[in-house]
Amino acid sequence: MPLIAAPLTVLIRRSAPAWAVAAAACTFSFVAAVLLAAEVAAHGPISYHIGSWAPPWGIEYRVDALSAFVLVLVSGMATVVVPYAWRSVAAELPRDQVYLFYTMFCLCLSGLLGMTITGDAFNLFVFMEIGSLSSYVLIALGRDRRAQYASYQYLVLGTIGATFYVIGIGILYLATGTLNIADLAQRLQHVENLRPVLAGLAFITVGVSLKLALFPLHLWLPNAYTYAPSAVTAFLAATATKVSVYVLLRFYFTVFGLHLVAERLPMKEILLVLSIVAIVSASLVALYQSDLKRLFAYSSVAQIGYITLGTSLASRDGLIAAVVHLFNHGITKGALFLLLGGVALRAGRAGLDRVRGLGRAMPLTSLGIVIAGLSLIGVPGTAGFVSKWYLVLAAIEAGSWWLAAFVVATSLIAVAYVWRFVEAAYLCEPDAGTPEPGEAPLVMLLPAWLLVAACVYFGFDTSYTVEGARRAALLLLGASQ
Amino acid sequence: MSPAQLIVASLALPVAGAVGIALCGRWPNLRESVTLATAVALFACVLGLLPGVLEGSVPQLFVLEMLPGIALGFRVEPLGMLFALVASGLWIVNSIYSIGYMRANDEPHQTRFYVCFALALAATMGIAFASNLLTMFLFYEALTLVTYPLVTHHGDAEARAGGRTYLGYLLGTSIGLLLPAIIATWAIAGTLEFTRGGILGGAASNAALGALLALYMFGIGKAALMPVHRWLPAAMVAPTPVSALLHAVAVVKAGVFAVVKVIVYVFGVGALAQVRAADWLPAVAGFTIIAASIVALYSDNLKRRLAYSTVSQLSYVVLAAALLTPLTVVGAVIHLAAHAVSKITLFFAAGAIYTASGKTEVSQLDGIGRRMPWTMLAFTVGALSLIGIPPAAGFVSKWFIFTGAAAAGKYVALTVLAVSTLLNAAYFLPIVYAAFFRPPPDGEAAHGEAPWPMIAAMMATSVLVLGFAAYAGVPLALARALAGG
Repeated sequence: MPLIAAPLTVLIRRSAPAWAVAAAACTFSFVAAVLLAAEVAAHGPISYHIGSWAPPWGIEYRVDALSAFVLVLVSGMATVVVPYAWRSVAAELPRDQVYLFYTMFCLCLSGLLGMTITGDAFNLFVFMEIGSLSSYVLIALGRDRRAQYASYQYLVLGTIGATFYVIGIGILYLATGTLNIADLAQRLQHVENLRPVLAGLAFITVGVSLKLALFPLHLWLPNAYTYAPSAVTAFLAATATKVSVYVLLRFYFTVFGLHLVAERLPMKEILLVLSIVAIVSASLVALYQSDLKRLFAYSSVAQIGYITLGTSLASRDGLIAAVVHLFNHGITKGALFLLLGGVALRAGRAGLDRVRGLGRAMPLTSLGIVIAGLSLIGVPGTAGFVSKWYLVLAAIEAGSWWLAAFVVATSLIAVAYVWRFVEAAYLCEPDAGTPEPGEAPLVMLLPAWLLVAACVYFGFDTSYTVEGARRAALLLLGASQ
Repeated sequence: MSPAQLIVASLALPVAGAVGIALCGRWPNLRESVTLATAVALFACVLGLLPGVLEGSVPQLFVLEMLPGIALGFRVEPLGMLFALVASGLWIVNSIYSIGYMRANDEPHQTRFYVCFALALAATMGIAFASNLLTMFLFYEALTLVTYPLVTHHGDAEARAGGRTYLGYLLGTSIGLLLPAIIATWAIAGTLEFTRGGILGGAASNAALGALLALYMFGIGKAALMPVHRWLPAAMVAPTPVSALLHAVAVVKAGVFAVVKVIVYVFGVGALAQVRAADWLPAVAGFTIIAASIVALYSDNLKRRLAYSTVSQLSYVVLAAALLTPLTVVGAVIHLAAHAVSKITLFFAAGAIYTASGKTEVSQLDGIGRRMPWTMLAFTVGALSLIGIPPAAGFVSKWFIFTGAAAAGKYVALTVLAVSTLLNAAYFLPIVYAAFFRPPPDGEAAHGEAPWPMIAAMMATSVLVLGFAAYAGVPLALARALAGG
């Protein structure tokens, strides 16, 4: 549906109808994703064969517990961001480019949804390119001229990542003669010569890690998030890296299986070390940023570290932590970047020097940032707490006390960088840089607060998130045995 | 109303009050009426729960399942009942005092002040009535966060620094130590519900129990066990009503309350006494009692002296609970109430002195008793109570702790308590002496008493301190029910 919507918006070329088409497409895909998720929860995986070609030959679309969970997150975020974009994009982009924004937005969404839904490894690459190319354009639309540099940087690194991925797929095709994910998993068990398969695994790991901004392959992310238009930052931060995490999980557990990933190669250990370095270094760098968008961009790198940390434990609770955090961090970061977009709109940019006394100038926006920030820290009663809970629990069950201590210690760094905002917004007198009192427009504030409310809601009622994540974790572990 | 409804009301009333206060922000008199009405209504609700609890019933309320197998739920047991009674009752008195203090000192952001105060009380009720560790942790963190704006009320560099220390210590200990302790408890025991006799029995080795106990004791930073006590003096940058109700009653008592609750309902008194995993705890608590008293002795700033006195007195509760005998547990519970009424009186007096004369240091107080007789009278009552002179409240609790320790043959603990009583006298009595018997310095601007709402509040708490014997039956009954004979 978003794929059909994209050319439509090009044809219309006027901003208002283009927005309407995009909004309709997003809402439709969200509803479809929720229905799919309910269907999967009730009756198990759904498979759809494109052009009625049976799976190993034709392209299969396959929805199971994990992909349904990610689909709901991605399409839901898109549905929240589009109404926000109405004002935000109009303010940040020239009039004649607005329709282009919605075109690219729809393409990007279809790319991400396609990556999640497809059951074919090469088709996944095609969707990955659709999503990536459109996101390069989206980032380059940023008002700041550095946005084009950021986009170029992402383009170069993103293309390298995609190339690595496709090389990996090529090797697997040579080894097994199939591209269907389920079929790959089957045939890989009978492959005698493992060396090329392991090379493929390495290529895919590096390629996908670039996309999900795993340390040290995260260099494109801070610039891209800082200079992209606000709506784009919020959408990409909440979804793009998360879908890449999904791809990684899919390949590690469904395709290769733990016996290859963990036993033949020290992938668990590598992932663990990289996650730890990512969390520490990115959190510390975030501590010294003066631009809030950049600060939270580095925080994203750190938070992705928590997701991969949970993955590296490869236990039931570790995977629950990873999948739950994928969701919780998505809504938390989405809320933060949407609110920061409001700040940027009113103050020119979202620098720490511009938010002095913001607590009085924009009370609702500030309060929202504080609540989302608390969720980032993992204070009980917010979504982030649930992730922390499972992560620490998984670490304790794995017997590594030091890892549990590490997780809680690094959340204290998050306290420090969130509190830089709190002190500036509430304990500093407003000065010349502070915007005049007045809130962001309602169409921007409402979607943002919807996500803030979601951060709190999913901190109390975890039946959807934890249950979804638990099913996904069991599915992954079941598949890898 | 049914007990479950009363629980809901005691949690929801302060929140509703906070909303009402925020809405009435433009009309100060109406706003203060809302605060007072909320405080009285809250106390009435809590009081409504009392008869049932005294008869031995345990009202419960299940709200929802937060994590699979762990509920957000409430259960009113004797200890929580007492804590809720103390906090909500003193909130009424404190509100009267706040009105006098905030207006006389022309403080800014008064609406924010009253809103946060009401929210802090809601969090306190949540801690008091929590039925499991996770619910308690949720409200424990909420209490830290809503009191942060109160600590940094003045918004200047000093308040910012104080706020950082406050948050750093409290969030650092709770996320860094308490949360892992709770998660480990869940991993070991498979439940977090507070259960009589403990939930960890037999499930972990002695070394693991000892380590877990240490995580809990230092993780509950609000109990201010040394070395995690530094936040309490830092919090004194707040306006005095905050120091009085929150940093002498609600917040710090939430800390020792949690300590007693963990010892009684998570580890179990009997189980801990058997495995000797808590043998180190009286030593740490005893050290805190003596060391904090000595620091108090050398502090010239009055509020700082009171803060260190609080650190010392909180460890009385920890020490008494850590001795693990029924009689000392009763003493711990009574001391929780006795120290609350005594220390709030002392802080009220300190705030009254500051409001009327602008004085903050002990060395400036010569002869102030002649100008502010009521204030210094109240101060004397509070001081005598904390030293432990009958018939004041402090005597009753000390009696139980002393007899319990003596009966159990804990002579080191007895010595600590005796030395600390002397130290208490040494840091309180010179103030009383200087105020009444030294002449005021020459050439000092004349000033009178503090505004009447503050005097009234002080008198009310003084009566509570002196008349403790008249109502001691209630805390005693609750404490006995907790200790279980």
